[in-house]
Amino acid sequence: MKILVPVKRVVDSNIKPLIKTDHSGVEISGIKMSMNPFDENAIEEAVQLKEQGKVDEIVAISIGEPKSQDTLRTALAMGADKAILVSTEHTLESLAVAKVLEYFVIKEKPNLVLMGKQASDDDMNATGQILAARLGWPQGTFVSKLELYSNYVEIIREIDDGQETLKLPLPAIVTTDLRLNEPRYASLPNIMKARKKPVETFVLAELGVDITPRLYIQRLDESSPIREGVIVNSVEELIDKLQNEAKVI
Amino acid sequence: MAALVLLSYEQGNTLRSTSLSTITAALQLEKEVDVLLVGETLNERLDQAIHLNGVRRVLAAKDPSFAHMQAESVANLMASLASDYEFILAPANAEGKNILPRLAGLLDVQPISEVTKIIDKSTFVRPIYAGSLLATVCSKDKKKLLSIRGIAFTPIKTIGGNAEIKEVTLPSPLPENQKSIFLNLKLSQSNRPELEAAKIIISGGRGMQSSDNFTLLEKIADLLNAAIGASRAAVDSGFVSNDFQVGQTGKIVAPELYIAVALSGATQHLAGMKDSKIVVAINKDPDAPIFKASDYGIVGDIFEILPRLEEGLKNRI
Repeated sequence: MKILVPVKRVVDSNIKPLIKTDHSGVEISGIKMSMNPFDENAIEEAVQLKEQGKVDEIVAISIGEPKSQDTLRTALAMGADKAILVSTEHTLESLAVAKVLEYFVIKEKPNLVLMGKQASDDDMNATGQILAARLGWPQGTFVSKLELYSNYVEIIREIDDGQETLKLPLPAIVTTDLRLNEPRYASLPNIMKARKKPVETFVLAELGVDITPRLYIQRLDESSPIREGVIVNSVEELIDKLQNEAKVI
Repeated sequence: MAALVLLSYEQGNTLRSTSLSTITAALQLEKEVDVLLVGETLNERLDQAIHLNGVRRVLAAKDPSFAHMQAESVANLMASLASDYEFILAPANAEGKNILPRLAGLLDVQPISEVTKIIDKSTFVRPIYAGSLLATVCSKDKKKLLSIRGIAFTPIKTIGGNAEIKEVTLPSPLPENQKSIFLNLKLSQSNRPELEAAKIIISGGRGMQSSDNFTLLEKIADLLNAAIGASRAAVDSGFVSNDFQVGQTGKIVAPELYIAVALSGATQHLAGMKDSKIVVAINKDPDAPIFKASDYGIVGDIFEILPRLEEGLKNRI
């Protein structure tokens, strides 16, 4: 059993993103970068499945600038066996990412692709579904629980009115919700060991995958409605303000 | 060309309000808007759908394989209908976000998720970075696939329309190994308004300390006809189930009044409620970030404040 886990290098989600002065994008030079939190859940789940003896090999893959190697090293330190870096200067959209992943799914032949349901930077929530469509594989999105068997995976998905349980014949795509597990911190010995694990590097431009952008960002803006934050001294005052000032009750 | 909107239903035959907002968005793009009604049985839903205001045609696709709106079959169906439409829209709820990108993969289109504003036929605004930034994006795709954030568009009226019904020819079914198999559904029971449609929401965070303490919120919700929400921390702590969660990975809401009780106001939570009209924060920590995102705040022990709030509301409304 082999699992492929895509990981993305993003602006650390605890940092407030800064817009470039020309509004064309987000400033990333000198900013702390981390693995997309949803991808951490995917790696963690894969590693737990390997610890249970259900998985033989975990391959992590990242598409991006050479520094994405840091993100792959984190995945290796958490327990992935091997990493693939697809090096490019371009920022790829979900459709293009799915096409690159499809190329490596055909090459690596995983039984399961386990990936974050969205990236914390662009929040598009699309790559897993697009990849599943392109491969003609079943998909389980927004997954909070997973049981792996030899030829299928049973999942619980978080949906609008509760939880849905599905069974996906393998090979399949599963995208993770944050509730799936608690990602581990890599221990120092594991970080040292990760340095010796293999990282294969490919140059995206040499793969012949169409990554033509379909969208372009016209501009970015801040989105924070300004609120006054008036501290009231009593419940009576609050009710009065809600009735007579805000007129919402 | 025209626009097609995938309708999304609650369990039973109630059309979600986010579907009505999605039709509004479609009408901003095209005069001719069709809706797609998919399900195992359609009769009651069809009777309602033909009256949706502004809708030209109801495409009806009835098949047992659509009973649980699984992405593989529904996206396959939508791909067979796509050639007639320049725009295909779905609500940005769990259902739409599952299906629409799969359709995008079938049609070789880059989907645009969580659209909050339509500038013109190819330019859209959507939040990124957990809602802290807004991106204005232009699409070069010939066909545009958009998921629509319900709170950003006023729902259309459910009466006044006179749509014609068109039965859809189903594409050949997918092979068994290409689709998920439905096993079961665990529904949360609630008699309260749907979170995304409620005028008032009262949400609890980790500081509620237990599932039992949520009854303090329920008593107030009863008085205000409010929906109950929760932070991710409260859901992770097992106080309430996942469908109560408001935030980046939960529901996105914008009620008239949002009361945040004993929740700190993490960015992920603010992403789900920052467009509320009035926000009230109740928290014992005066430095909690939620106060900076609120119109009114009370600092203090929730176990003293909530009963007094309940009492005060009883006397005033």
